[in-house]
Amino acid sequence: MAALLSLENVDVHYGAIHALRGVSFEVNEGQIVTLIGANGAGKTTTLRAVSCMLQPTSGTVRYQGQSLAGQKAHQLVARGLCHAPEGRGIFPQLTVHENLLLGAFLRRDKAGIAADAEKGFALFPRLKEREKQLAGTLSGGEQQMLAIARALMARPKLLLLDEPSLGLAPQVTETIFRIIEDINKQGVTILLVEQNAHLALGIAHQGYVLETGTVVKSGPGAELLKSPEIREAYLGE
Amino acid sequence: MTEFLQHIINGLSVGAIYALIALGYTMVYGVLKLINFAHGDVFMVGAMMAFYTSSKWSSEAQHPTIGGAVLIAVISMAICGLIGFVIERVAYRPLRSAPRINSLITAIGVSFFIEYGGQVVFGPTPNAFGILPPLPPVQVGGLSIGAVDIITMAVALALMFGLQRIVFHTRLGTAMRAVSHNPDVAALMGVNVDFIISFTFVLGSVLAAAAGILFASKYPSVQPLMGLMPGLKAFVAAVIGGIGNVPGAMVGGLLLGLIEQLVSGYFSSQWKDAVAFALLILILLVKPSGLLGRATAEKV
Repeated sequence: MAALLSLENVDVHYGAIHALRGVSFEVNEGQIVTLIGANGAGKTTTLRAVSCMLQPTSGTVRYQGQSLAGQKAHQLVARGLCHAPEGRGIFPQLTVHENLLLGAFLRRDKAGIAADAEKGFALFPRLKEREKQLAGTLSGGEQQMLAIARALMARPKLLLLDEPSLGLAPQVTETIFRIIEDINKQGVTILLVEQNAHLALGIAHQGYVLETGTVVKSGPGAELLKSPEIREAYLGE
Repeated sequence: MTEFLQHIINGLSVGAIYALIALGYTMVYGVLKLINFAHGDVFMVGAMMAFYTSSKWSSEAQHPTIGGAVLIAVISMAICGLIGFVIERVAYRPLRSAPRINSLITAIGVSFFIEYGGQVVFGPTPNAFGILPPLPPVQVGGLSIGAVDIITMAVALALMFGLQRIVFHTRLGTAMRAVSHNPDVAALMGVNVDFIISFTFVLGSVLAAAAGILFASKYPSVQPLMGLMPGLKAFVAAVIGGIGNVPGAMVGGLLLGLIEQLVSGYFSSQWKDAVAFALLILILLVKPSGLLGRATAEKV
């Protein structure tokens, strides 16, 4: 099976800081792939390189077999690559409804947009109740739900999720992970960045471990979950 | 009472012009966090282009008609839209990722460039301006309202209403607001941020041109430095209303116009500029986010 997304020896620098060092991995169509690692390991940077929010200093990012060099972030949305950024990145001073419409910014089919908004509300009924509210008034969990629902409005083929569990209560996190699995079963490929290694590896087909900008270990999610090193380093055992 | 109402009408008329200019400051600040000091000069170019189209490139100024005035205004607004586009593209876009002070200094540079370039191109002496046919003032009760004031208020109201529709009820407007909150995330929604910023400059410059023509019709002359004071006043108006806030710019402009006219009417016109800037200082001391500006607090 051809990889939907592949990174080959990607290096990223922030000024003098060498944030990614030769990162290579693949995301196959239909999978949930997770990147786990400590703070500062380069997880968010990797996602930013994939969605062209920053340009790698060397190496290649390929999406659907084509290099993304020189592409702009906004051009990738039309090609089905959507990134729900870290810290939720919702627009606090716009309403829930307006946030969802922005997710569908490139689409013109009004009926389809309305239908997808309803689908989003079916996934997250809490959002329906708050449709007219400013997004900044939502709780952290609701904002995360909105960020995911908004990303789905673009009908992504590949969804990049950055730390969806950040700052959320455990039950809310579990709900969100269950929904991520549902979204995947509906055919959306997912690249998930997480600090919560246990939950992330639990739902991932494939996992990669990042340490100081390098992939140090990879394997099927269930296998990594059993690995003693991983258990020690990331699951606190 | 009649005198008071007369001052109110004059104030609203001047205020409407300030509001139109202030909208450009506030929208550009919204998407770029930049005070475009050249904005007052685009206002001047708007009036100047109307002067050239009416007197130099046609004989409209000799035989003014309403239709001709509309056509001249549209041409001049289109030229200024283009100028706004070019200013952003040439002067500000290359500095997008540079420290903000660089863009600010560049903005002052662009302003000087247009002002003194304008003196070279247009000549430094004032020219008489008139694109409207002579219209009698309208008598309401004891009030005499100048036709120019009525046209100014009507045009400004229509433009502000149109802008309100664009900003709050269209896809592009939603994208503008998204860019103003967070350009990086807006790009992740598929919004072409560069396009939205260009669009904002064009929109602001078109409104400035309209304001310039109305201003030149009210005080019938044009000269290359005419944008200085109204530009500064409109900037004050935008800050009073809350910089970055579209309804705030409208409220700030009208309020500043009213206060100036009341001060001129009841005290002395020499005091009106002092009062305008004192008001700026007061607002910055008491409510720096402006009358309608929200202090930025977010739930995390």
